[in-house]
Order: sequence, then C-alpha cells, then structure tokens
Amino acid sequence: MQEYNFAYLDEQTKRMIRRAILKGLAIPGYQVPFASREMPMPYGWGTGGVQVSAAVLTPDDTMKVIDQGADDTTNAVSIRKFFERTAGVATTTVTGEATVIQTRHRIPEEPLKEGQILVYQVPIPEPMRFLEPRETETRKMHALEEYGLMHVKLYEDISRHGHIATAYAYPVKVEGRYVMDPSPIPKFDNPKLEMAAIQLFGAGREQRIYALPPHTKAVSLDFEDHPFEASKADHPCGLCGAQDSYLDEVIVDDEGGRLFVCSDTDYCTHRQEAAR
Amino acid sequence: MYVAVKGGERAIDNAHAWLAEERRGDTGVAELTVPQIREQLGLAVNRVMAEGSLFDPDLAALAIKQARGDLIEAIFLIRAYRTTLPRFGSSLPIETAHMACDRRISATFKDLPGGQVLGPTFDYTHRLLDFKLAAEGQVPPAPVAEAPAGDVPHVTSFLNREGLIEEAVPEDRIPPDLTREPMELPADRALRLQSLTRGDEGFVLGMAYSTQRGYARNHAFVGELRIGAVAVEMEIPELGFAIEIGEVIVTECETVNQFKGSKTEPPQFTRGYGLVFGQTERKAISMALVDRALRWKELGEDDEGAPAQDEAFVLYHCDNIQATGFLEHIKLPHYVDFQSELELVRKLRREAGAAFAAMQEAAE
Repeated sequence: MQEYNFAYLDEQTKRMIRRAILKGLAIPGYQVPFASREMPMPYGWGTGGVQVSAAVLTPDDTMKVIDQGADDTTNAVSIRKFFERTAGVATTTVTGEATVIQTRHRIPEEPLKEGQILVYQVPIPEPMRFLEPRETETRKMHALEEYGLMHVKLYEDISRHGHIATAYAYPVKVEGRYVMDPSPIPKFDNPKLEMAAIQLFGAGREQRIYALPPHTKAVSLDFEDHPFEASKADHPCGLCGAQDSYLDEVIVDDEGGRLFVCSDTDYCTHRQEAAR
Repeated sequence: MYVAVKGGERAIDNAHAWLAEERRGDTGVAELTVPQIREQLGLAVNRVMAEGSLFDPDLAALAIKQARGDLIEAIFLIRAYRTTLPRFGSSLPIETAHMACDRRISATFKDLPGGQVLGPTFDYTHRLLDFKLAAEGQVPPAPVAEAPAGDVPHVTSFLNREGLIEEAVPEDRIPPDLTREPMELPADRALRLQSLTRGDEGFVLGMAYSTQRGYARNHAFVGELRIGAVAVEMEIPELGFAIEIGEVIVTECETVNQFKGSKTEPPQFTRGYGLVFGQTERKAISMALVDRALRWKELGEDDEGAPAQDEAFVLYHCDNIQATGFLEHIKLPHYVDFQSELELVRKLRREAGAAFAAMQEAAE
C-alpha cells in the first residue's frame, strides 16, 4: 500500500487550496471557488473543512476537532483520527492548547487567541441559496451588493411571526460588504465571529472557501426596531452551572424530563474541575 | 446520558468490525473473488468505472466486493482512490471511428455499411428467470463470425454528406476538467459532457426520460450506438510522437434529433452525444438525450423551463457521490441547530398563545 502525503492531500492540491484561502482572507466574506477533491469521507461530512485543515496544518500543530461543540461525537472522533493517521499531528480537546480547531456547528465558548485557526465545515456556503437556487444569480447579487432579497425575507419573518425566524446559520455582513453564511452555528454564536483568531470556512461539495481575518467586523443582519438577539435556553448548565454557555437539551427519562447541559464539552469539563 | 451520540472511538471500531463480518456473510459459503466479480458482474464493474471516472476493471471489482455490492459506495471508493493518483499528462482524443465494435446498431437505417451488429445484448431476451442458472449450468460456446475488416463508419457521417445534420466542428482547445477546476456556470458543452458521463445513471436516465415525456421534448432517434475497444494514445515529449498506452472499452451513442430551425439555424438534424466507459448503453443513450436538451441556448431554441434544459439543475445534481454524501449527512448529529429551532418554536408558540387568549378576552 502506497503511503499518503502529510495530511493526505498532495502538495499541488494544498497549494491550490492555500491560494484560495489567501484570496478569501484578502476579500473577507467572499466565496472563492476552489477545485475541491474527493476525500475519503463523504461530501456533507466535513470534506471542505478537512481540505482546509489539511492545507493549513504543519507537523508542529496541535489539532482539536469538535462537532456540536463536543470532542467526542462520532464524526469529530472520525475526523480527528483521520488527521492523527495521515498527518501524525498532536491532538487535544483543550480549546486553549489547540492551534487548529476544526468545528461543525459551534464556536468554542472560550475566546480564541491570536495564532489559532478555526476551520468551519460548511454545507451550503451561499446565504441566499434558499431564496434563489441559481448560483449564477447569487454570484451576480453579491457582485452588485444587492442584498434586498435577504432583507425582504427577514422583514417577512417579522411581519409573520413577530421575530426573525432564523435560529442558526444566521447571516452576517462582513466589513460592510459581503453578506456571509457563518455555517449552521446557532445565532447565539454570531457575536463571537469577531475574534482574534483566523476563521476559515470550507465547503467541499459546493467547492467554495471563504474567510474572516482576525478582528474582522461581522454584523448580524437586523433592523433598528428589531435588533439582533443572541438567544439560548434560559437555564444554567445542569453540570457546571454556567449561565453564559450554549446549552443542549437532553431528555433524561420517559416522562420527558429534561436536563440542560453545555454543548461545549471542554468548557463544561474545565468548569466542573475548577469547582471541585 | 449522551448514549446515542457519544459512542466515540470504540463504537466506531466495533461498527467497522461488524460491517466486515456482514460483508463476508456466511463463512460456510465460498468467498467471492475479485476476478469472479470482474468476469461475472461485468456490467456492475462497468458502471463503477464509468461513474468513478477510472477505467480499471480489477479495482472496480475490488470496490464492489468491499462495498458489499452497493454500487454508489463502490463508485465512492474509486473516486477517493482516483483523486490521489498523480497525473502524468493527457491522452490524445480517442478515435471511436477506429473502434473494434462488439455491438453497433442504428435505429435510423434498416441496413448500412458496417451492418447492424447486435452483440451481447439483453434487448431481445425474454425476461424470464432462468432457473438453470441457479444450478450453475455450463454455457455452450456462442457461434463466432469473422470480424469485418476495416473501420466501421459513423452513421452521422452519411447524413453529413447531404448537409442534413449539423456539423460537429472539432475544437483544438483543451477541454475543461471538473475534477481539477471548480465547475463554473455557464458550462460549455465539453464540461457538460464530462459531468454527464460521470453522473448518476439513474439521475441521467430520469432526466432523459422526462424529455421523452414532453419536458423539453427533442425527438431523438438513436442514429448509432456502438460499443467496443478503442486505443488510448499519448504523446510522449521525449519521443516526439504518440504511442498506444492501452485500450479502453467505451459505449458511444449519437442521437439524431429533429429540428425545425430557429432564428439562427436552418432546418436540419441536430445531435446529442453520449460517451461512457464500458458497456453502459442505457447511460450513453440517456446522456445523449440530456446533452441535446441542454443545447437549447446554442441552437436558439426556446427555454421551456424544463428540468432537463436547466444546466444548473442537471449539472449540480447529477453527481451521486455529492448527492449521497449530502443526503446521508443528515444522519450526523444536528442537535445544536435543532436546539435553537426548539427555542424559537417555543417562543413563537408562547406568543401566539398569548395573542389568541387576548383576542378571545376582547371578544367576550
């Protein structure tokens, strides 16, 4: 059996991906087309994130992989194992120790620092895809900065429900220019998008990469009289008592009894240890 | 708690071990060998090679064995392997005019130079279960005829002489490659054909069938269908000339489509084209019909709003590896997003309930 290159992808492919990443960093929020490769895991399971991680990883990196905020969900385990095997990099579950964090659907609770890279797995990179299915049209809309359709959608939500009925993948405007899909993170995480770390977004099946350089402004779309609100379940964590973290609801018995616990397992574990 | 999602490493390993056992099945039954699959499940092998975009019957047979006969899974294995292979260069275009045909039929002429050669086809079999096969019956040798000398000419070339069918002008340009460049629309015909030839057989068939039933109907005749081996030649820079590096079996279908003319084109027949690895004629015919439907713009036809005319719809959805991956990813945990939806729905219901109560109070 032939050995694979460091982090699976060949160097040519990595260069191609790095070029796309650099372009994405130069034009924050702009979706850069890239020639996504078939990866040994299915499309929709993080192939975009995996390709971006493979392109930025160096042998000295320490990697953390989370899915739904947790290090031990099956797909996070599978992707972490993939990089352990193909790149031989050190891995960790501790947010502060990781230099590259690949995530699906969450931003860690602990603020990220300079020198860290957060890689998102993105299913549908186009924030307006469900308003306009045609890529040729949405690209034009971005080029002309024509985001009226998006505002109309949000307005219709308010007139119908009294609220903007988007709970996750809540669109943001990046540095006053591109409207961007932050991937399906809960809108609770949106304020954290302005951070000190580099954020890279990879959509494998849709062949797009985009990026937020450190401290880039990412404003959640809203209206003056209906300001954006980052919401979460109105409970403290049942394990560590945190009031400020995003919570999962766990059904604990047949009567529908519920327990609310931190979705960020590393955050929760550290708080529990500190309390002990 | 967390039992359902937090299986972690051990659960994955155990699942894989069980899968391997299931793949093998009852050990009292002899194990399938890769050569058996290659020789006796040839059409499955062909489909895996075609949609996997890699002509290698042995690897395709291995993939089918590993995938427990799930062809899309086998195609996925081949694609993931293929993408790691270094690319040394590209071959010259294959010459299907020089094909050693196993099968060659035309529906537009009763007889024609080169003849109608049925070849190994299911076409006129009666679909009755052959219970003798269950008893592993030996097959008597099929009668053998002399292969005709010389090339079998393409049917469309006859029509061309009268100017009855549109010219297919050869292009010198290197065609785009969607496995190396991101697909960007509008796509030219070469890119559409590449996408279709590796597209899902079922999807392309369904699209083609929809054109026959009136969604952008294009009145296709099978001008010619040919299946056989063609030489693959490559120019070696050190030698300065092309040498034959191997042989592939392909199915080629050229449809002849009625065309009444448009603002820009005179009345004449037009073409649809299908070319697929292996003996894969259902796919090749489907591909030709969809190719023709997608050409509406360059021929100045009307956009009927039919799915098969919609390039973005067809090309973005015909790849079964992309489709199956994204479809099946909804098995992955989504509880964070679901949680945020739960909060929202509860809030909206609370408010709707309060508003309803207030309305009733006002009415009383």
